[in-house]
Amino acid sequence: MNFAQRMSLATDNPVDALVRFEDVKKSYDGINFVVKDLNLDVFRGEFLTMLGPSGSGKTTTLMMLGGFEQPTLGHILLDGKPVERLPPEKRNIGFVFQNYALFPHMTVAENVAFPLRYRGITGAAAKEKVRQALGRVSLDALGDRRPAQLSGGQQQRVALARTLVFEPSLVLMDEPLGALDKQLRERMQIEIKQLQTSLGITMVYVTHDQSEALTMSDRIAVFHDGRIQQLADPKTLYDEPSNRFVASFIGENNTMPCTLLGREGGVAIARMADGTTLKAAGANVSGTGANISVSVRPENISLAGKGVRAGLNRFSGKARDVFFLGDHMRLSVEAFGGQLVTARIPARQARHFALGEDVVLECGISECRLLEA
Amino acid sequence: MTVAEIDRVNIFMAVRRAERPARRAALSLALPLIVFLVVAFVAPILYLLVTAVGNPETREVLPRTLEALQNWDGASTPDEPVYAALAADLKVAKDNSTAALLGKRLNYEISGMRSRVLATARMVEKLDTGPYKEKFLALNQDWGSPETWAIIKRNGGSLTPYYMLTALDLKQAPNGSVERVQGDQAIFLDVLGRTLFVAGLVTLFTLILGYPVAYVLTIAPKAIAGIMMLMVLLPLWTSLLVRTTAWVVLLQSDGIINDVLMALHLTGERVQLIFTRVGTVIAMTHIQLPFTILPIYSVMRSIPTTQLRAARSLGAPPSSAFWRIYAPQTLPGVVAGCLMTFILSLGYYITPALVGGPRDQMVSNFISTYINRDLNWGLAAGLGVVLLVVTLAIYLLFLRLVGADKIKLG
Ligand SMILES: Nc1ncnc2c1ncn2[C@@H]1O[C@H](COP(=O)(O)OP(=O)(O)O)[C@@H](O)[C@H]1O
Ligand SMILES: [Mg+2]
Repeated sequence: MNFAQRMSLATDNPVDALVRFEDVKKSYDGINFVVKDLNLDVFRGEFLTMLGPSGSGKTTTLMMLGGFEQPTLGHILLDGKPVERLPPEKRNIGFVFQNYALFPHMTVAENVAFPLRYRGITGAAAKEKVRQALGRVSLDALGDRRPAQLSGGQQQRVALARTLVFEPSLVLMDEPLGALDKQLRERMQIEIKQLQTSLGITMVYVTHDQSEALTMSDRIAVFHDGRIQQLADPKTLYDEPSNRFVASFIGENNTMPCTLLGREGGVAIARMADGTTLKAAGANVSGTGANISVSVRPENISLAGKGVRAGLNRFSGKARDVFFLGDHMRLSVEAFGGQLVTARIPARQARHFALGEDVVLECGISECRLLEA
Repeated sequence: MTVAEIDRVNIFMAVRRAERPARRAALSLALPLIVFLVVAFVAPILYLLVTAVGNPETREVLPRTLEALQNWDGASTPDEPVYAALAADLKVAKDNSTAALLGKRLNYEISGMRSRVLATARMVEKLDTGPYKEKFLALNQDWGSPETWAIIKRNGGSLTPYYMLTALDLKQAPNGSVERVQGDQAIFLDVLGRTLFVAGLVTLFTLILGYPVAYVLTIAPKAIAGIMMLMVLLPLWTSLLVRTTAWVVLLQSDGIINDVLMALHLTGERVQLIFTRVGTVIAMTHIQLPFTILPIYSVMRSIPTTQLRAARSLGAPPSSAFWRIYAPQTLPGVVAGCLMTFILSLGYYITPALVGGPRDQMVSNFISTYINRDLNWGLAAGLGVVLLVVTLAIYLLFLRLVGADKIKLG
């Protein structure tokens, strides 16, 4: 059974959720909630990422799941059982911390063997498990080193090995790649993802890096201000952001304020600041809110072709900034009476634009989304 | 040298040359401190070392006598020329008023020598001619004793082991062999042992009391930690004398501590705290607490909170996580703090003097007594050297045991 099948099963049969947050709220100071009304199921074998800006409550959520913080209100169920009373060491959850938290006074092998002694595994059996775990992260030769003698990437692998060695049912990772340089980070993303799939581990992963989330996850929960803004698979999240925050946090988006004039079929007619209209998809926006906008990604805007075609919005503006970036060109255009709209023009269409030159752009109606704040 | 080696040397020289101005600038910045340290720290210690083995008195006051003793066999009573030389030396000494100095120095090794030298000097003044030997012997039989002369001769050298030996409860017999001093004269090893014991006890108590405080300081919310830190530091901002005096007041038999103990019915009668070792240890522990706490705190603060969490998540119950993960990482601070308190405690002086009883005096108190009351700088320096050596030895021992990199003072 692959993951997708299991997930479709899971939705029918909610008991398959390994972790369930039920109306969880958390406040540290008794005044402000840093986690508000969290309801979330994590399915078995799933790679779920909590993505959000710093301070949005991701770590707090993870700490509650790990047993290091108590929910102020609500419940967390692990395997269907509430875990409020269960101390961290009894949860059998692997936790990879942001700074790895390797034990500096122990060798790499001792670090990895640490969780085994609490599970009654000692001597030759422990040695063998440590060897396997280090082999899995390609660190066979470094067992006698101290953590301080390792590079950041190697430390990260040790932390991974130490967590995987006791075969936890659930692994939590809090921005585990944050301290690594870009290249290494990308390699580790793939390695972690491969380990997770091949070992069938359930993973809850925290990051503020959207591309990391898109690369690795089965599902992404976008956090903002203590709430899940949207919970979906990467493609849905990217193509169909459910609000303006998600739209601008994942990838790049032009956000253009508007008012809703009416609907034609499934298409909304939006009036822009200068009175021109745009058509946009966005079935679930009521339009009564004051804070509505049309959102469209730069790569979905192109230079207008000859002749008018159906299914396209067309608008004009004056060129402001032009950057040539090799494979594409970024063109910022002032449109709708002062609104800056950025388009990503493929290199083969790139040409020179003078400052203030009139430019006509177009974008697909289905790629313009009507969003609320 | 090969060409490559010559090149390497040239490059090395070039680097040195290029960095010379920076080196000079750095040196000139450090120079005032270096001068200060040499004048105020290195020089006094060197002077202390010299004083502990220096032996100028006999050489300066009795040059002719020592000369005459050159040919003495060391076993019989010396002959007339020695006494004549002594008479001549003592006349000069009387004129220069250095006889008392000599008497005091010889008195350390031959009791009664001080008054004998002074009396003899007075007598010699009135004698114009010899023979002197009978007159000396008539004045005091002991002038004929070979042991007296052996000790005088022995002190003709510019160095003496006398003070160092005395500081270690040892003495040199007239025949030159080193032996242990007897009974109630053997006090200094006791004092040294007591000093080490009290310092060790104070160190232990500051650790037991300070370690949890340091831990709470690291985990408490900022505002509370700030207030706690202030309370830890406050004693450091008060003069040692003031704090000690405060303890004198508190520890009185009718003082607050006894009042409280009585009120709580913890004791039936008032406990003698002042002028006891208990009192000394209490007061010293209080004064030393910050010195133990601060290095531990600074090390604890550098341990990420995730260390304990990681241990817990891997399956360690709280106590196990503490002892196997947290405590070992605080060791550098513990060693630094304890070393600091222990070494500082070895030198305590005012507190034992004011709070302790006569049997609780530490090495420093004896040093002070020998300097201030007995004017015996040699013995004071000898004790100082012993204290210095013990301190260094303990320091080196710690370095050996835990490694220099494990000691973090900040
Ligand atoms: N131990 C704590 N005590 C008080 N406030 C905290 C604590 N940990 C986090 N917070 C606050 O909770 C909010 C969410 O923090 P966190 O969960 O760490 O967010 P994230 O991991 O998404 O950056 C932040 O405003 C942070 O200041
Ligand atoms: Mg965080």
